[in-house]
Amino acid sequence: MSPVTWNQPNREAPDVFDVVIIGGGIVGCAVARELTAFDLTVALVEARADIGDVTSKSNTAILHTGFDATPGSLESRLVRRGYELLSRYSTVTGIPVERTGALLVAWTDEERDALPKLADKAYKNGYEHAELVDAQEVYRREPHLGPGALGGLAIPDESIICSWTSALAYVTEAVGRGLHLLLDRSVTGLDASGPVTEISTTRGQVHARWVVNAAGHGADVIDQFLGYDRFTVVPRKGELIVFDKCARRLVNSIVLPVPSSRGKGVLVSPTIYGNVMLGPTSENIHDRSDTSTTPAGLSFLKSKGQQIMPTLLDEEVTATYAGLRASTEHDDFVLDSDPLTRYILLGGIRSTGLTASMALGEHVVELMKNAGEVLRVSEQLPDAPRMPSIGQASLRPFENAELIARDPEYGRIVCFCERVSRGEIRDALESAVPPTDLDGLRRRTRALMGRCQGFYCGAEVQALLNDGVHARGTSL
Amino acid sequence: MTPQTCGVLVIGGGPSGLTAAANLAAQCRVVVLERESAAGGIPRHSDHTGYGLRDLRRVMSGPEYARVLVERAVAAGAEIRTESMMTSWVDDHTVAVTSPQGRYEISAPAIILATGARERPRSARLVAGDRPAGVFTTGSLQNLVHLHHGSPGSKALVVGTELVSWSAVLTLREAGCETVAMITERDRPESYAAFHHGAKVGLSTPVSTMTKVRRILGRDRVEAVEVEDVATGALRTINCDTVVFTADWIPDNELARLAHIDMAAGSGGPQVDTMLRTSRPGLFAIGNLVHPVDTADVCALDGRHVATAVRDFLAQRSTPGQSVSIVVQAPLRWISPSVMRVGDGAPARRKFLFWTDEYRPVARLTATQGHAVIGRITLPWPAAPGRVLRVPSALLARADFSAGPITVALT
Repeated sequence: MSPVTWNQPNREAPDVFDVVIIGGGIVGCAVARELTAFDLTVALVEARADIGDVTSKSNTAILHTGFDATPGSLESRLVRRGYELLSRYSTVTGIPVERTGALLVAWTDEERDALPKLADKAYKNGYEHAELVDAQEVYRREPHLGPGALGGLAIPDESIICSWTSALAYVTEAVGRGLHLLLDRSVTGLDASGPVTEISTTRGQVHARWVVNAAGHGADVIDQFLGYDRFTVVPRKGELIVFDKCARRLVNSIVLPVPSSRGKGVLVSPTIYGNVMLGPTSENIHDRSDTSTTPAGLSFLKSKGQQIMPTLLDEEVTATYAGLRASTEHDDFVLDSDPLTRYILLGGIRSTGLTASMALGEHVVELMKNAGEVLRVSEQLPDAPRMPSIGQASLRPFENAELIARDPEYGRIVCFCERVSRGEIRDALESAVPPTDLDGLRRRTRALMGRCQGFYCGAEVQALLNDGVHARGTSL
Repeated sequence: MTPQTCGVLVIGGGPSGLTAAANLAAQCRVVVLERESAAGGIPRHSDHTGYGLRDLRRVMSGPEYARVLVERAVAAGAEIRTESMMTSWVDDHTVAVTSPQGRYEISAPAIILATGARERPRSARLVAGDRPAGVFTTGSLQNLVHLHHGSPGSKALVVGTELVSWSAVLTLREAGCETVAMITERDRPESYAAFHHGAKVGLSTPVSTMTKVRRILGRDRVEAVEVEDVATGALRTINCDTVVFTADWIPDNELARLAHIDMAAGSGGPQVDTMLRTSRPGLFAIGNLVHPVDTADVCALDGRHVATAVRDFLAQRSTPGQSVSIVVQAPLRWISPSVMRVGDGAPARRKFLFWTDEYRPVARLTATQGHAVIGRITLPWPAAPGRVLRVPSALLARADFSAGPITVALT
C-alpha cells in the first residue's frame, strides 16, 4: 500500500523513499529541509495531525549561544553551530528573533561564587562575550528585579525566537522542495532485515533506504523496534506562566538563575510575542502525553516569581501551559548511525534542540556521506519562504499601511488582543502546510492566544477555520 | 501621515460610548471607533431581556437595546466606524487606527475611552489541569450561541453565582446544555436577587458554596472538573463536558495604561473624577472601564454625564479645581469615581459605585478624612460581592478639599 499524502494529493509517492524521517518536531523538520536540498526522495512521518505539536510548541523558545553547555560535548558543538545557522536563516525567512541578551542573576553567596566559573565555561564553549557584572549593574539592567541580587553574568547574544515559526519555516521550505509530509500516522514497527527498511504505520507501510529517528519522546521506542536498548526517554514536565503584554516593560532580557545540581531553575523572560514568561518547573513524569498543569506547579512558579520580580505578579496572566523535555539517562544528545542498515538516531534532544536543529540537519548529511552515500544538490531549489510576521518587534500586518491599502483583509482585525487580521488567517489556511484544527491555526497566526483567550473572537475564528478546512476539501 | 481630525473621538461603541456620542454630536463632529463588525457592545451578544430601564425608561432585549443606542447616536450626527480598532497612541490627542479602509491616524481635542470590561478567562484565574475544548467565559459562550449559533456541550459546570452567571445558565439552557452545578468560593451565593430571578424562569440548578475549581480534566474535551472544598480541602469530581467561567471582571484597560494616566486602585481601570475626567486633560473614561461591572444602562448614563465635562473642556469654560482622592478599606475593593474636585458637580446619577468582597446584610458606610468623620450612610439593601453597590453621593457631600484623602469603610 502506498502512503497517502492527504494534504498533498498531487504529489506521487515513490515505492521506496531515499529517506524517511520519523518525527515532525523542530529537529525532524530541520532534517527534512536539509535533505530535500539534495536529489533525494524524502518523507516525514508524524504521529500528530500537525508538525511541531508536542515539545516544539511549548519550550522556552530561547536561541542559545551554548555558553553553559558541557564543553566538548556534541550538544556544545551543535548548539554553537546551530546558533549561527538559525540566526542567519531567521533573517532570510523572517522567523521572529530578538537579541535581548540574558542575565544570570546570583541571589546567594554560593551562586555569586559560581559566576566566574560559568564565565570560564562560556569561554571554553567558544563564547567570548560573557561579562561579569556587579549588583548595581544587575539592577541598572533589570530595575524590576526583587531585592537581594548579589551580582550577575551577562550573556549579550542570548536571544528569544519563535520556535513554532522556525519549525514551520523548515517544513514549508522542505515541502516546496518536494518533501512528502505524512501526518497523522504513528510508526508501529520497523524492519531493517531486507534491502530496504519497512516502516509500519497506523496508515499503512512506507519503505525507505534510510531512516532518521527524530521521534523525540518516542525515539527510544523507535530505536527498540530495531533491536537496540541504549537509552530511555524520561519526560520532564515544565510548567510555564505567560503574563500579559502590559508586563513586557518590566523585563529587558532573559533573566536566568544560576544553574545548580537541581537543574537550570526558573527564568523570567520576554517572549517574542511581547509577553513575559515565568518558568519552567522541572518534574520527571511517566506519561509521555501528560501536558497538564498542576496546582502545585503553578503555585511554585508564583512563589518563585514573587522573589525574582514581585511586580510581575500584579500583572494579568494570559496563559499557562506545560511542555515535556525528552530527557534521557545520558548527559548529552544521543546521536548515532548504522551505515549497514542506513539508520540514524537523533535522540535525547532537549530544549537546546531548537537552537541546534539546523546543525543536526547538517550532522545527518555528514553521517550519510560518511556511510558512502553520494549526495548531489538539487538544481533549481525554490527560494526560502517568507514567514508570517507574528513577533512583536517586527512590523505586523495590522500596522502595515501599504499592505492594508493593497489588501483590506489585513485591516480587518479578527483577534483584538493579538491584532490578528482576517488576511493572516486566510493566508494560514491557504499556506503550503495549513492547520487542521484550532490549535494549529492559533500557532500559525496567534489568534486566540491573547489576554481574552477567545472572549471576543473564539467563535469567529472557529468559523473561519471550518470554512477554510471545508474549502480545502480535506479533513481528518 | 497627516492625521484626520474630529472634535470628540470615542473609543468603543458600547452603551457608554454610543450614549456619549449621541449627547455630543450636536455640538461638534464625533467619531466612534468600534472594533467589532457592529456597534452595540456586550448587549449585542446577550439575547435576553432586562436592558434599557434606567436610560431609556423601557425594558428590551440586549440586541434591541444595542440597535436603539446605535440609531440614537447616528441620528444625533455621530459617525460610527465599525471594524475600526485603535491600536496605540501617537500623541496625547492622536491615535493610530487599523481598519479595512486603511491604517490611519486621527486627532481630537477630546478623547473618551469607553472600552468596557471582560471576564477573566480560565488561564487568568490560574486554573490547573488539561487544556481541552469546552471551556468558556459567559462572553465567549454567548458569542458562540447567539452570534454564531454553535452549540456548547450537554452538561455544564458554571463557575460563579453572580447575575451574569445566571445569564450563562439561561444561554446554556437555550443551547440545550444542562447546568449540572454552579459553584462559588464564597460562603453564600453572590447574587441573592438572581435566585429569585432563577426561580422565576424555572431554573433549578444546584449551587455549591465554599467550593473552588482545582483542576480541569480531559485531553480533547472536558470530561470532569476537580473541585475543592475551601474549608476542608476535600476534593471531589464533577462530571461535565463544558465549563463556563463567569464574572471576575477586568477592565479592558490596555489603551488606558498605554496613555500613562493614573490608574485607580482595586478596579484596574483609570482613575476618574466625578465628571469622568482622567488625569490627562482632554482624556475622559466612562462605563465599565471605570466600574467593572455595572449594568448597561448605568454605563449609558455615564455617557450622558461625561458630555457636560467634555463640552466645558472644548469651550475652555473651566479648569479642573483642586482635587481630593477617595480610597476604600477592605472588604471594599474599589470606589468609582475616586477623585472629587472643587467646583465639580455630583457623579453620574448622584451615586458613587463600590465593589465589596464580603457580604453585609445591611450596607453601612462611613467616610473619614484624617480623624474626622465626614459622612455616614445606612442603605436599606445589602452589600454583596459580585454586584456594584450604588451609594448616594450625599455620603461625601461634606468633603474638605484641603484635608487629604477621604477613606470610605464598610462598617
